[in-house]
Amino acid sequence: MLEINGLTCGYESGFSLSNINLHVADGEMVGIIGPNGSGKTTLLRAVTKVLKPLSGAILLEGENIRRMNVRDLARKVAVVSQNAESGFMSVEEFVLLGRTPYYGRFRFLETKFDLAKAREAMALTDSLKLKDHLMSRISGGERQLALIARALAQEPKLLLLDEPTTYLDITHQVGILDLVRRLNKNFGLTVIMVLHDLNLAGEYCHRLALFERGEIRKFGTPEEVLDYRLIEEVYKTVVVVEKNPISQKPYVLAISEAARDLNKISTTKGLQ
Amino acid sequence: MKNKYAHWAAVILILAALLAGVGITSLCFGSANISPAKLLPAFMCGGNSIEHTILWEVRLPRIMLGIAVGGALSLAGVILQGMFRNPLVEPYTMGISGGAALGVCVAILLRLGRNFGSWSLPVAGSIGAAATIFAVYLLSTEQGGLNIRNLLLIGIMVSFICSSLITLIMAVSKVEDLHGIIFWAMGSLEQSNPLLVKIAMFVSVIALVLSYFFCLELNALTLGEEEALHLGISVENSKRLLFLLASIMTGLSVSVAGIIGFVGLVVPHFMRLFLGSDHRILLLASWLCGGLFLVFCDTIGRTIISPTELPVGVVTGLLGGIIFVYVLCRREKSDARNKRLDMRL
Repeated sequence: MLEINGLTCGYESGFSLSNINLHVADGEMVGIIGPNGSGKTTLLRAVTKVLKPLSGAILLEGENIRRMNVRDLARKVAVVSQNAESGFMSVEEFVLLGRTPYYGRFRFLETKFDLAKAREAMALTDSLKLKDHLMSRISGGERQLALIARALAQEPKLLLLDEPTTYLDITHQVGILDLVRRLNKNFGLTVIMVLHDLNLAGEYCHRLALFERGEIRKFGTPEEVLDYRLIEEVYKTVVVVEKNPISQKPYVLAISEAARDLNKISTTKGLQ
Repeated sequence: MKNKYAHWAAVILILAALLAGVGITSLCFGSANISPAKLLPAFMCGGNSIEHTILWEVRLPRIMLGIAVGGALSLAGVILQGMFRNPLVEPYTMGISGGAALGVCVAILLRLGRNFGSWSLPVAGSIGAAATIFAVYLLSTEQGGLNIRNLLLIGIMVSFICSSLITLIMAVSKVEDLHGIIFWAMGSLEQSNPLLVKIAMFVSVIALVLSYFFCLELNALTLGEEEALHLGISVENSKRLLFLLASIMTGLSVSVAGIIGFVGLVVPHFMRLFLGSDHRILLLASWLCGGLFLVFCDTIGRTIISPTELPVGVVTGLLGGIIFVYVLCRREKSDARNKRLDMRL
């Protein structure tokens, strides 16, 4: 589905991704993890052509995205990001904006088909009951559902999510990720998501890419990536990794300073 | 969906009907009142009657100019507010009107009007507007992209610079020129050149049609620039063309009718309050409502203390401001009431 070869790109301010190689197979669910400022979101921005690569190439279904126009790209890749403003519009109007890449130059009214697609997306995300509510009046969890519905209305093959669980309580975190997992399983939607929560990343993703200072430190299964030595080194903090007794997936526990002192665990070499 | 389109059609029909009503009323009233019954005969026949001349050569062009300028300013306002996602932006904050005003002031100072006829002032205004558009545009472009925040700040600064220069020109100009500058700066729909009225109308309508090619872009841009890109909008191109379109409309309006404030700020805002943020209806509705509002204000301005004429900018400011504050306050009250109801439920 997505093939990133030797990608280097960056901002004026100096931060950059260097030599990123990442291959994501059809129907795979990949989590991007790493400390703040390690380049997770930058990678998503490169895939959506917000940032232009300095070298290397990003291939989507074998085609270099540099040669695709943004409209064709938007029919294949949809993004759920945290910084969407919503103005003064209803949830349905918001979701219908997801049909934008399918409108023509001389067609600016939505057709029955567009509306049906939007309704379908809302039904899948369980947000149909919210359709007449104003975007500014719904809760954080509902807003996240509307964002995903809008992305689904684009009928994408690849779904990118940027920290979809931030600001949500545990019910909604699990709800959103279960939904994404269902979409992945039932419709073969390929998913790449940036996650801050290592446990959720380990629980839901097939593979994880651990970023450190603009490079991929490790790309592999949750068991391979969520290794306590690796996590301690990259995140510069002491952790314990255990196995979830039900799902058998690894989970990561942080340890407070007081507990560390009590058990005389020295901080890792990275910490001063 | 059917409902939405029916609602939109109703809005357009109502606005068009109101516009026609205000237009007809405006034809009747003036220093010489013509009763509605006599309107049609006077319009059609009698090539030499006084009424005929008044209607065809004084009032109708004035109404046409009002629609063209009001429509263009409101449309520019909607586009800029949508593009900047900022409800306080109006065509005049972009420095374009300042540039046009400066051009006209220089023309008046150099007595171009006396030497080259009535064309010189609008032409000078357009040149001034075009010069500021380019300056603002170039200054706010960085790395091949238009930086929206810079655009706004630089626009405001250019406005200030222009208005200082105008004050400077006024300070050194002679009394008879001063009158011309002040009269022009207050804005007026009186335009003696019928060709200019036709050009204004033509450009205004063309701009309205062109703006519809960007209604989806504007809708997507309400989500933010990056989000619009995710929806397949080529953001840089759209911003550039929309800015150009808004600039041309503002420059044209200022060149033919002087500085008429408030229409480009209040009308789009007002329409947004009632119609939401879907530009597919907002563009046309604002254009119609802008024309309607300006013709209405102009009719009041030229009849209320007749035979003296009130500058139309004064009427738009007073009337627009008061209506707007009233609607906003009412709306907040009803919002608060709804919230209380919500909580009770």
